[in-house]
Amino acid sequence: MYDPTVARLTYRALLGRRRAGILFLLPGLLLVIATVVRALHGVDDQVAADLLGGFALATMVPLIGVIAGTGAIGPEIDDGSIVYLLSKPVKRWTIITTKLIVAIAVTMAFSAVPTLIAGFILNGNGQQVAVAYMVAALVASIAYSALFLLLGTVSRHAVVIGLVYALVWEALFGSLIEGARTLSVQQWALSLAEKVTGDGMIRSDVALPTAVTLLVAVTVGATWFAGYKLRRLTLAGEE
Amino acid sequence: MSTLHIDHVSRWFGNVVAVNDITMSIGPGVTGLLGPNGAGKSTLINMMGGFLDPSTGTVTLDGTPVWRNESVYRSIGVVPEREAMYDFLTGREFVVANAELQGLGAKEAQRALATVEMEYAQDRKIATYSKGMRQRVKMASALVHEPAVLLLDEPFNGMDPRQRMQLMELLRRMGAEGRTVLFSSHILEEVEQLASHIEVIVAGRHAASGDFRRIRRLMTDRPHRYLVRSSDDRALAAALIADPSTAGIEVDAAEGGLRIQAVDFGRFTELLPRVAREHGIRLLTVSPSDESLESVFSYLVAA
Repeated sequence: MYDPTVARLTYRALLGRRRAGILFLLPGLLLVIATVVRALHGVDDQVAADLLGGFALATMVPLIGVIAGTGAIGPEIDDGSIVYLLSKPVKRWTIITTKLIVAIAVTMAFSAVPTLIAGFILNGNGQQVAVAYMVAALVASIAYSALFLLLGTVSRHAVVIGLVYALVWEALFGSLIEGARTLSVQQWALSLAEKVTGDGMIRSDVALPTAVTLLVAVTVGATWFAGYKLRRLTLAGEE
Repeated sequence: MSTLHIDHVSRWFGNVVAVNDITMSIGPGVTGLLGPNGAGKSTLINMMGGFLDPSTGTVTLDGTPVWRNESVYRSIGVVPEREAMYDFLTGREFVVANAELQGLGAKEAQRALATVEMEYAQDRKIATYSKGMRQRVKMASALVHEPAVLLLDEPFNGMDPRQRMQLMELLRRMGAEGRTVLFSSHILEEVEQLASHIEVIVAGRHAASGDFRRIRRLMTDRPHRYLVRSSDDRALAAALIADPSTAGIEVDAAEGGLRIQAVDFGRFTELLPRVAREHGIRLLTVSPSDESLESVFSYLVAA
């Protein structure tokens, strides 16, 4: 299920690439904004919830998920270096699950942790807002990583598709169109956050049982399909 | 000792047939897979390495299918043609990672690095390596588990003569140890120097198979075409056609010369100047008109 060598290669590839800059940039930006807002507004639970919901969970988490999820496998498939993993007596399922674990860990580290810190900066975790959004970010990290890892396995344009999904679907439609919200990782994660925080600070359109079911289904389904695709991955020659 | 069996294998991509009904066995020793660019060599090697499923037919290693069977990689080492590696690692880190994925460790990695003589640069990032150095580190990564079968796709591409000699020596040694070594190349001389056994692939088809002397003979015994201009083309033509080494002569008015088809290369090259001298004809141009490797290959396919 987990291969430490595959994990090491994956995280070094993830953090060693130029794209990794975004992994540091976005959380940095969140912390700067949180500090500025706190300085200008003082402590305000609603402002804290709005910022963490609107920027951290709606924008930062999916973007980090795109970078980590697609980056964990996409470039290796594109440039063909995945052949060094595939030509080993290592189960292809193990390759996928290991890469998923690394993608989840990286997404959590670069999204959930800064979200918690930003929450503390904004209102000192008043009404459990910081913890609630951290929980939402943790849960969303899992689903996004699985989804975008699958995307990296099936498409050469994984980053672009991932960005469109993250920005257009999750951030735009997810906030505006009601039907889209049911099919939004963000809303599922919010459903959990709703339970953590105090009354009415966080609202999700999806009921908790539905949210949990969908989260599990998407994560397991995407991972299974990614493993299925990798098992059938063919390396055509240059000719 | 291991043998790869390719049994009636075809592979097509959409409407394009890349490999067309090939059957061959690759046994211990060094085998060269020879063919022009685009002949289907990489497709075939990818199928031998289990990275591509045959559209029809089977590829087996000592009776076990290689497609979707990760356990064959305990006995197969692969040196891919593509350049991409984990450039952000040092050579040593890369080979150690490959060893670990084989269930081995740093000791085996170090031995493989020594085998390819890359210890001196093992702590440099792969990104800084020359093409030949990359090739050698790739070799080391394929050798860590001392595989019975070694598959190399165009291993000499981009190597300088010295690096080429070194790699050839290494592959020769591995073949002599009883390993099954298969490498592809589009350069006849390269294959000839190294492989005792040659498989020729042209346009996706298995064109010829055998030891290099037989292949060489096939290639030199094929009809050779020449364009010849002389002081008296028709007299020369009449004198040449009397000899069995000449199969056909055409007067090419546009070129202002003769198009001669010779069937016995050695005899014809001796005949032409002699006949010209005997008849007092001056030879102005003698040029082979189809010496490209591709035309040699297309002859082999037709044969």
